[in-house]
Amino acid sequence: MATPREQVSQAELLAEAAEAVPIRQASLWGDAWRRLIKNRLAVVGLIIVSIFTLTAIFAPVIAPYGEAEVVAPELKFAPPSWYFPMGIDQNGRDVFSRIVYGARVSLLVGVVAQLIVLAIGVPIGAIAGYFSGRVDNFLMRTVDVFYAIPQLLLVLLLVNMLGPGMKNIFIAIGITGWVTEARLVRGTILALREQEYVKASRVAGAGGTYIILRHLLPNSMTPIIVALTFGIPTAIFIEASLSFVGVGIRPPQPSWGQMVGVGQQYIQSVQHLMLFPCLAIGLTMLAFTFLGDGLRDALDVKMND
Amino acid sequence: MLQFIVGRVLWFIPTIIAIAAVTFIIMNLTPGSPFQPAGANNLREDIIKNIEKQYGLDKPLPVRFVIYLGKAARGDFGESYTRRPQKVNDIIARGFPVSLHLGAMALGFAIIGGVSLGILAAVNQNGFIDYASVTFAILAYSLPSFVLGFLLLLLFGIWIPEWTGWRFFRIGGWQSPRDWILPTIALGAGPFAQLARYTRSSMIDVIRSDYVRTARAKGLAERKVVLKHVLKNALIPVITLVGPLFAALGTGSFFVEQVFRVPGIGQYFVTSMTNKDHPMILAVVLLYGVFLAAMNLIVDIMYGVIDPRIRLGGG
Repeated sequence: MATPREQVSQAELLAEAAEAVPIRQASLWGDAWRRLIKNRLAVVGLIIVSIFTLTAIFAPVIAPYGEAEVVAPELKFAPPSWYFPMGIDQNGRDVFSRIVYGARVSLLVGVVAQLIVLAIGVPIGAIAGYFSGRVDNFLMRTVDVFYAIPQLLLVLLLVNMLGPGMKNIFIAIGITGWVTEARLVRGTILALREQEYVKASRVAGAGGTYIILRHLLPNSMTPIIVALTFGIPTAIFIEASLSFVGVGIRPPQPSWGQMVGVGQQYIQSVQHLMLFPCLAIGLTMLAFTFLGDGLRDALDVKMND
Repeated sequence: MLQFIVGRVLWFIPTIIAIAAVTFIIMNLTPGSPFQPAGANNLREDIIKNIEKQYGLDKPLPVRFVIYLGKAARGDFGESYTRRPQKVNDIIARGFPVSLHLGAMALGFAIIGGVSLGILAAVNQNGFIDYASVTFAILAYSLPSFVLGFLLLLLFGIWIPEWTGWRFFRIGGWQSPRDWILPTIALGAGPFAQLARYTRSSMIDVIRSDYVRTARAKGLAERKVVLKHVLKNALIPVITLVGPLFAALGTGSFFVEQVFRVPGIGQYFVTSMTNKDHPMILAVVLLYGVFLAAMNLIVDIMYGVIDPRIRLGGG
């Protein structure tokens, strides 16, 4: 007969042995990641987005000159060359350096504006979805009014009121962008609310806040993440559009949209001022779409069969 | 059906008033008088007050709002502050037909091209045409219209003429039909791609359904199966997309107009805001709002007419 002490140690041994056997981790994220990296376009998107992010973070290291540094006043409008791979602009500044610093503005606007959108949209959507009835009705009517005005138009009005500058662009996109997020979260939660485990939790006496935080929101993570991947390029696009028409980022700070707007004035004589920021915006938007499409497919639960 | 339409049309009114109210509030929170151009010749305080009084700006906000609504309901949008003494109505009457023309061409291009491409892709699923069209759709879908516009302008307006001497396209303008082509493509490309994607997936769903298998089983030619059976049902969900597309075309148009220097109302969009030209801002925003709401209503009704499975009552 084994003593109790020996029994315990045997159990420990068994547990250790069990741990040693490799188990294929079939977690949601692991599976999603495997599906994502099988998708060639998504990988291309991921690589470009990573390069874009690194460029934005390490801009001072990558850019040979400062963001508004006048490098060669005698070489204004000089076309791309070995020393200035994207040429010189109308003030004698290095276009390449300005594009690199422009990535910073775009990334910051994309991420911060989306965080604001999440912070407003998710709670409102969750509350509307969970406590349906009158609260839901009121919130969704508000959403309808916001929906009736194109976002870009509202953002233009707001930025014009608040004045140009990065902070005000964050605020304007945040105030106008939460609507889509709220709708999405509400829809997801409406569907989840009737699931067995939520009912079980309610029967067990859990309160609304607990159920929302513990069950509903974690299970709505995938649509929120996909919406985020599509929301970032939308915010980048809005900033570029605002700066293009001259109400966005204030010069001399560079922004891709603003560079396109300036380039338009000289399009007949020099084209590099316009071409490179256009390509930068286009490539970034494209990469985020690739990544977003890939993520949507990879995280879609319906794809599991 | 009639009840639904009447209900929706009535819902129109509070929506429009809400849009006007939001615009009105934001506009009036914007610091600075509309009659004090930033930096330029500083007018004396009392002179500004006088001009403001002349335009009724001394009254309290709610009163002004009600007066404005009353006039707007009778079709009078007032006098532009910055383009005095021009009437807002006249400015809009000049620009709007051009914008509408461009928008209609872009929409036609998007619907005809996008739906055809979507059908072609679905019928050749996983074939070359499918991959090519999907790639093209992602490209067109993710590029902002002004970026696409400039790329087209650089290529067809500057580089191709420089290299080949073929000067078909000019840089901007709206004089001849050849000037219409590039703006139409730039504005329509996004909706084109969205429609193509949507049509493709909707077609593929329907192609897999039982009744299509039955149609094939009874020996119908593939052409007939696609045209008679698949297409009809596959296009119904596509109609829902047309409403949001109007919104995309509406806001896209003012950037495209800026890129190609098209004399539509897009040009007044930003200038009226930076100049604090209140009557102009309100008119433009309301125009877009009413237009969008009307288009969404038409789409909803069309949806009910085409698909008898959808009952419009209830909601």
